[in-house]
Amino acid sequence: MCTTCGCGGGGSTLDGQAHSHAPAPLRPGRRRVSLEQNLLAKNDALAAVNRIRCAAQGWLALNLVSSPGSGKTTLLEATILRLKDRVPVVVIEGDQQTSQDADRIKAAGAPAVQINTGKGCHLDAHMVGHALEVLAPPPGAVVMIENVGNLVCPAAFDLGEAHKVVILSVTEGEDKPLKYPDMFAAADLMLLNKVDLLPYLRFDVERCVAHARRVNPGIEVLRVSAQTGEGLDDWLRWVEARRPAPQQA
Amino acid sequence: MHELAILEGMIQGIQEAASLQGFTRVAGVRLEVGRLSGAEVEALRFAFDAASQDTLVEGASLEILEIPGTGSCQDCGAEVEIQARFELCPACGQGFVVVTGGTELRIKDIDVEET
Repeated sequence: MCTTCGCGGGGSTLDGQAHSHAPAPLRPGRRRVSLEQNLLAKNDALAAVNRIRCAAQGWLALNLVSSPGSGKTTLLEATILRLKDRVPVVVIEGDQQTSQDADRIKAAGAPAVQINTGKGCHLDAHMVGHALEVLAPPPGAVVMIENVGNLVCPAAFDLGEAHKVVILSVTEGEDKPLKYPDMFAAADLMLLNKVDLLPYLRFDVERCVAHARRVNPGIEVLRVSAQTGEGLDDWLRWVEARRPAPQQA
Repeated sequence: MHELAILEGMIQGIQEAASLQGFTRVAGVRLEVGRLSGAEVEALRFAFDAASQDTLVEGASLEILEIPGTGSCQDCGAEVEIQARFELCPACGQGFVVVTGGTELRIKDIDVEET
């Protein structure tokens, strides 16, 4: 419904005439200031700063997004164990409350900083910028940003990452990409996690991938199990292939 | 949903404009919200009063101009209006539609009290 005047909106006509939504006349004593400003301009500007810092330091920042319980933290633990001897890995953990996830990451052997968003449902570029200052990753590091478990809001907030990676576990249902299209449209890679459980589930992998590609024809898909290690080599190759080339001194 | 955070960004943007242009009260705000922007118009309305409380926007009217989602079909080439991102082309019924409009989330203009 059109919220300007309550009409049907989107191509409705009055007596065959499209009606315009001309602004109401200005009352005396007021002036109109044209802003034409993106509502996320502030966040986008800070994200651009983060992106420039990443490029200057040769960091690869990945924004990991999923619903709660998809296995993000377990996947990160498994990734760190396999990657840390070859590549420096640091982690920015986002959760509403507690530092449990950052503690798990540190135990796995990677520096981590926990951001508690409190009432917030997503990380923003400002928080990530400060976390980068605290972490001070070494040149060439992989910076894994574990966003708040939420398939809706983090899609709208650019953090300055190189890629969004969406994690979908096979216990969640193959129609998630259609139910939360914004997130799957924004991601470059979908990790289908917990594939070791497929024998016990009615989950049609091909259908799920088709749903994801309907929303985002270019999305890459890897099947993994953080628990058994299946597919993790493919995931590590994907990560390493995207690291920026070291800069000549 | 993150409508409250979006509105906090809106108020920051207006505050910056206020310090540049020297106004202190806002009587009305017009936002452009695309159908495919991910922001919910009703949630924006609901959160507007709470977000603007104790700011120069408090008490202002809110007008939301909704912008339809548009795209072009990769199969048949038609320019079409779509209601959601994942919709197949309404013209040919099977093509992927690449979004070309309707992701806007913008402050269009504001009416301010002359001081």
